[in-house]
Amino acid sequence: MEIERHHSQDLLRGLEGEELDRYVEERVLTTTLDKAVGWARGNSIFPMTFGLACCAIEMMSIVGARVDVARFGFEALRATPRQADLIILSGRISIKMAPVIRRLYDQMLEPKWAIAMGACSSSMGVFNNYALVPADKFMPVDVHVPGCPPRPEALMHGIVKLRAKVLGSPDQGWRERYRALGTEEVVEAPVEAPQADNVYSGSGGGTDGA
Amino acid sequence: MPDATGLELIAQDIRAADEESILDTVYLRGRATLIVNPPAIKPVLEALRGKGYGFLASLHGVDYWPEEPRLGVVYELLDMDSVDRISVKVRLHTDHPHVDSVMELWPGANHQEREVFDMFGVVFDDHPDLRRILMPEDYEGWPQRRDFPVGGEPVIFTYNEDRVPGYPE
Amino acid sequence: MSTTEYPVAGTDAEEELLTINMGPHHPATHGVLRLLVKLEGEIVRDCRPVIGYVHTGIEKTAEDKAYWKAIPVVERMDYLAYYFNAMTFCMAVEDLLGLEVPRRAQYLRVIHLELNRIMSHLVWLGTSALDLGAISMFWYCFREREKVLDLFEQSSGQRMHTRYIQVGGVFEDIPVGWVEKVKAFTAEMPRRVDQYAALLDRNEIVLRRLRNVGVVDQETLLGLGVTGPLLRASGNPWDLRKASPYSAYDEFDFRIPVGTVGDNYDRFKVRLAEFYESVKIIDQAIDGLPEGPFITEDRKVALPPRHELSTSMEALIHHFKLVTEGFRVPPGEAYAPIEGPRGELGIFLRADGSAKPARVHMRDPSFVNLQAFPHMVKDSYIADLIASLAMLDPVLGGIDR
Repeated sequence: MEIERHHSQDLLRGLEGEELDRYVEERVLTTTLDKAVGWARGNSIFPMTFGLACCAIEMMSIVGARVDVARFGFEALRATPRQADLIILSGRISIKMAPVIRRLYDQMLEPKWAIAMGACSSSMGVFNNYALVPADKFMPVDVHVPGCPPRPEALMHGIVKLRAKVLGSPDQGWRERYRALGTEEVVEAPVEAPQADNVYSGSGGGTDGA
Repeated sequence: MPDATGLELIAQDIRAADEESILDTVYLRGRATLIVNPPAIKPVLEALRGKGYGFLASLHGVDYWPEEPRLGVVYELLDMDSVDRISVKVRLHTDHPHVDSVMELWPGANHQEREVFDMFGVVFDDHPDLRRILMPEDYEGWPQRRDFPVGGEPVIFTYNEDRVPGYPE
Repeated sequence: MSTTEYPVAGTDAEEELLTINMGPHHPATHGVLRLLVKLEGEIVRDCRPVIGYVHTGIEKTAEDKAYWKAIPVVERMDYLAYYFNAMTFCMAVEDLLGLEVPRRAQYLRVIHLELNRIMSHLVWLGTSALDLGAISMFWYCFREREKVLDLFEQSSGQRMHTRYIQVGGVFEDIPVGWVEKVKAFTAEMPRRVDQYAALLDRNEIVLRRLRNVGVVDQETLLGLGVTGPLLRASGNPWDLRKASPYSAYDEFDFRIPVGTVGDNYDRFKVRLAEFYESVKIIDQAIDGLPEGPFITEDRKVALPPRHELSTSMEALIHHFKLVTEGFRVPPGEAYAPIEGPRGELGIFLRADGSAKPARVHMRDPSFVNLQAFPHMVKDSYIADLIASLAMLDPVLGGIDR
């Protein structure tokens, strides 16, 4: 009993009383909220209408009747990167196209995910030559789907994997994987806007507003 | 395809106008080829067009490395009435790869000449818009020449990412 | 070019051209085509395609592979016409080798080529109708496309890029039950095309979007090197399957659909009519499918059958030689043109006597046909630019290679 108490005390980093209550309240609320957000995100990803080469034709098939991607809530394809969460790199990426893709990826709002579909965008596949570049070299990729081209079922498998990942953990961890910590996009508040503390200081009691 | 005799007759007709225009004729496995002196390419193609070969089916570059002259430009002409094909070839040295553009005769040569320029560095004189077409405009080198490396990059997997030069950390 | 007088926006002083950039990421460009469009109000005054965004260097890669290993690479150029790409490559190699292809192989090739043509046109119809706003067509067409791909999968094991056609014949004989499935498909397909026609061809919106839009006359098209349905829509019945029959096309009875005006509607109708003709060719080829070997008996070029490997030393040597080095092709050059779904698909192949090609160049119809696009859209509305591009049916993988 004593050990257990010590253990939990250890977990709570020595917080007691009112501080402990607040700590628990905040954590419990955030984790469940994150889970709910992850659940919502994972079931309604908006992929971008973006085709590159052979794989794009197989990518179009997943919207078709046989492998219906709408079962997972992915059917709302967006033509603009600003409304999309997911970019599927469907085909070979030439050195001429790579800056364009990077720009499209940068225009997508966070959280965003990327699937490299097919051998070409993952590793340049059969054409390892002067004209191509793999997607990993210029942008983070969450799921690689092998195949040349992958069947629609294979892409579905990749999408379901991505969905499980989004549902399971809100932090995608790609910044850590690609050693890109500190590259988060931070939208600075306009100078004349009222400070967060002034508006909400009444109830929250000094949460940092994150 | 014209047969071997037909090819010689065509060559004879063209030579009558300009003795120096046709360097050689090749007839191999049913394929008739006229090898043309580069400065005379336009009059020769014009004459062939007059003979009924009115459709430029294709235009492509070849690199005959290590033979000299190294570069070649091949014009595949087609006679749509008698369904007859003839190919015309010019050979160019790499130190002066210049040949006249045939866009005046066939506007459709535009993209194909630009592609040959892009891939082999053959300059088509009087082409109105000779820029790279497939490679980025700031690309250096002529990628489909035989002495240009195929290229490629090491693929990064998790097991070898630390060994890839330039990878962070 | 259209002769219609379009109203000009604004007064003379306000008239100015606006250059906008469409693509390379644009949902209606059928790939990664980039268009620089000069607009005067809503009217396109000039249009310049910028290409190269999926340039893959396939021609260079093919030079680095043995002849029979280059087939899968070449197939990936025009990714909606993979059988055609493999076919022209194999035809050129057979030309250089002086190889005779068995009749059964020729018939199997024709069946697959025509199935591929149907598949390619289905993708064209689905995506084009999508561009015109008829989204349901997309699902109907992809439903039928899946059926064709099932047939491909059964005969070769892959849905796309099957590498079924190979030098000397085809990769494998058709499996049991395949013929019945093809027959069921060809029995169903004409009815489906009737349904597509009923949905689109009597639709006032589609007709208004297509009729008398993007008219280009025959002479301009010929000067630009345009072939295929685009040229046939302007009234020129040029089709290599008829003009210089290759493979076994001279043994079948089919017609060449041609248009009269050369507008987008004719392009649409010509392709729609080609569905029926392809079905007719497949039916005849299936009914008349001759018995015999599906690949040449020449062991220097084709792999020996599996069962020979365990009994014959010679077969083992041939197998080893083919798999490690490949076969050598005597020096020479060949140009092999065939009629692809988009026009004349030709290959220029130079052999230098080694086991690898010295130069592979594909004359892709999309690449050449794209030059007609500025002529199609000049002085038309920008909304019609999308329709014209859809009816041009470019495949960017073929354009950029």
